[in-house]
Amino acid sequence: MAVYEHLYNAYEGAPQSAAARFLVIPRYALREVFRSKLMTTFFILCFVYPLVASILVYLHHNANALAMLRINVRELLPIDASFFLTFLEIQGGFALVLTVLVGPPLISRDLSNNALPLYLCRPLSRTEYVLGKMAVLGLLLSSMTLVPGLLIYIFQASLAGFDWLTANLWMSGAIVGGFAVWIGLLTLLALAVSAMVKWRVVASGALLGLFFVPGAFAGIINSLFLTKAGNLISLWSSTISVWSGLFGLFEREAGTVRARVGGQIVDLVLIEPPLWASWLTIGLAGAVCVWLLARRVRAYEVIK
Amino acid sequence: MTNVIELEQLSVTFGKRPILKALDGALKGRAIGLLGPNGAGKTTLIHTLLGFHPPTSGTARIFGRDIAADAKEVRATVGYMPEQDAFIAGMSCVNFVRLMAELSGIPARHALERAHEALFYVGLGEARYRPVDSYSLGMKQLAKLAQAIVHGPKLIILDEPTNGLDPPTRSRMIALIRQIRDGGRARILLSSHLLRDVEECCDEILILKDGSIAANCNLEEERRANRKFIELETRGGDRLAFAEAVGGLGCEYALSGERRLKLILQEQIEIGDLYRLALEKGVQIRRLNYKRDSLEEIFLKAMENEGLTESVGVNGRAVNGGL
Repeated sequence: MAVYEHLYNAYEGAPQSAAARFLVIPRYALREVFRSKLMTTFFILCFVYPLVASILVYLHHNANALAMLRINVRELLPIDASFFLTFLEIQGGFALVLTVLVGPPLISRDLSNNALPLYLCRPLSRTEYVLGKMAVLGLLLSSMTLVPGLLIYIFQASLAGFDWLTANLWMSGAIVGGFAVWIGLLTLLALAVSAMVKWRVVASGALLGLFFVPGAFAGIINSLFLTKAGNLISLWSSTISVWSGLFGLFEREAGTVRARVGGQIVDLVLIEPPLWASWLTIGLAGAVCVWLLARRVRAYEVIK
Repeated sequence: MTNVIELEQLSVTFGKRPILKALDGALKGRAIGLLGPNGAGKTTLIHTLLGFHPPTSGTARIFGRDIAADAKEVRATVGYMPEQDAFIAGMSCVNFVRLMAELSGIPARHALERAHEALFYVGLGEARYRPVDSYSLGMKQLAKLAQAIVHGPKLIILDEPTNGLDPPTRSRMIALIRQIRDGGRARILLSSHLLRDVEECCDEILILKDGSIAANCNLEEERRANRKFIELETRGGDRLAFAEAVGGLGCEYALSGERRLKLILQEQIEIGDLYRLALEKGVQIRRLNYKRDSLEEIFLKAMENEGLTESVGVNGRAVNGGL
């Protein structure tokens, strides 16, 4: 129908598939995200460390380049589990900042102007709506964590040879698992905060607060009681423990501290909480987020 | 005419508070008016039909599809214009309507074209690139209508579409609704507390009161039936003899006051027959009015006495109460 023919007409073409319909939400949201130059610039910055890590891997296996740069192989970082754990920690930090920038308006924008009924009166369930919003962060975060991590792993494997690959195949699982846990946690937290707080700035603050406030409390508890048990309330510390566990680098003894006990100065060994407790912390945080989303993402709130 | 909405013992309870109480009935009009005082359950009924609230018991069907079992199929055939503001801040209207079209299942390549068409259709063509949050109230209402019709639904649910509109914008909205109704490609369910809106747009009404159906009648049939109800004002002659003669034709009648005569005209009786009898009895007919049960009267009667459904008939009450 031409636009000058102002008539009501039904759509008679073929409808798109459910899968294509599911991708509508992330497609529109990502278009909005990259309309901001600041966001685009930051997103590009997120690839600086993967680039540095790839150069390190390359140098590690290129004797000529090392000779030209007069670098001793022993001085370079070993390309092992700790190399990839460091990669997870750095990119995980960037992922947190990206989540704080992108996450808050995802649901709050729809809630603040009552747009949810318009989504949910269409052939789209609440679960699909939330999954669509999760896909926005999931795609963004995966592209700057999981994908470069795996590419560097493949790059290292291609340079180190088949023996290294077979000996370190488990590491690919650790990279995927570690990032999947982090991306899942960040996504759920961001959406839950977005569903609870309508103002973007407040939501961003709340999201950062979820990491830094418990982290600060954990530090205080650890210092006061000469323990590491406080780490259990810190999502970041719990995630680090989980990552270390996945890379086989988790140790419960986290160093010693000199303290006065019964008038004598002794060295106390600080014990990290068990690994399962860190998994439990992350799992509980995720479950609370899912519960909040189930309560808040409704077309209309029913007052009983 | 096929049933648009079928209600089958539909009940909805929030906590321990019953909101809809075992609603039963079939609505088949081209444009169905949903009326009722505040808190009657109009919006809850709409939300339940859209799947926002699960029925506590019973069910409903839209075009024969169960609202619970075939929720997605039902929602694919429905367009919904909510009562309050509903838009995505910062998004241009054309993009907003396009997004809604795509979510309804229209492929991306057609959705933009449909969005432009819908916005031109409702009269927002010139303003379609502006963000919806910069619109006036009337424009926001039209934008909501555009998103409700962009995918060409078979049933358009309009919740208080003329709320807060100035007279010209209201007229425009009513004209659009009537145009869609007369086009015959979509049925309309119009919820409003403004009887005039419903009277102008709808051919069937469902009146709710305290979560129950207080009346369900076909306005077109009402209007046709009301043509049989006549009120005469007479002067002089033998009024009683004239009334008896009218009764002799098989018409029910009732005398009221000194000059008035109300009667129900039988199918085979013409107005000319009344004039002939009046002449014979020396009675002057000074005024002849067809009784017209306005929607307001139907509504008020329904509010007085719930359970007034089509099986009983609003006419029945008019006969008892009026004659």
